[in-house]
Amino acid sequence: MSQPFPVEITRFGGLVVTDTVVTSLGLSIAIVLAARIAMALPAARATMEIGYEALEGSIRKMVTADVAPLVPLIVTQWIFIGCANLAGVVPRLASPTRDLALTAALAVIAFLAGHVFALKRHGLRYLRQYIEPTPILLPLNVIGELSRTVALALRLFGNMMSGSLISAIVLYVAGLLVPVPLMLLSVLTGVVQAYIFGVLTLVFAASSLEIAGRPRKAKP
Amino acid sequence: MNPRDWLALASIITAGVTIAIGSIAPAIGEARALERALDAIARQPEASDKITRTLFVGLAMVESTAIYCLVIALVLLFANPLLP
Repeated sequence: MSQPFPVEITRFGGLVVTDTVVTSLGLSIAIVLAARIAMALPAARATMEIGYEALEGSIRKMVTADVAPLVPLIVTQWIFIGCANLAGVVPRLASPTRDLALTAALAVIAFLAGHVFALKRHGLRYLRQYIEPTPILLPLNVIGELSRTVALALRLFGNMMSGSLISAIVLYVAGLLVPVPLMLLSVLTGVVQAYIFGVLTLVFAASSLEIAGRPRKAKP
Repeated sequence: MNPRDWLALASIITAGVTIAIGSIAPAIGEARALERALDAIARQPEASDKITRTLFVGLAMVESTAIYCLVIALVLLFANPLLP
């Protein structure tokens, strides 16, 4: 049964295990296993490499900064979030991204990625972007940075949650086969949201990398 | 009606008003963005790839205001902290 809200399955002490945990862990394992099996077969491996190169090219074309270290992360996000969003249309499964806990975790990863890569490339110098143009704007810059992470989590959560909630309500009101067009719409939303999550991660991380890489203004 | 009923009534009405008003502005904004993007694609069909990409990202950003309203409406309806 597809539930619009996370369902508690079991408890370990104070730790609540919801169906989100089970589905997302199972999905990760399934994706990794599928990739391992595909790597063993020459034809599947060649197909995957062509696909990866196409995705990598599209990522590199999007931004001007050098984002080579970010490419695997973005591709992983696309694959995982895309599969997680589409898991909602499989009978007896619910998409794990309709739980704020998972989207928040993904947003934290996206938040850390930009800073870790900027820190690796430029050292602590990249923190200077927060006191530009004046140190007075520091709180606003920090709030802006945090709010876009929150927005990243809430956007994915809101879209997937509204999709599953609307299908549940329509199923309750109208019954068999009526929610099918809405489920088709939620497939489209799921794919677009996975794409957008990756692109926004890329854009935010690239803005950190880019600003830090800007040459320092010569002092008069 | 006891105070709890009033609170429930206020929550339900507020949730409806939130989502109603909160979807107007993003709808107008997205329509304007889409209009401009179509205009730009009509003028420069060769740049349609880049325009579409930027449009998608921009629409997602604009839509997040509507999503905030949706989340607040959902919290009021299903996870209201004030109602026991």
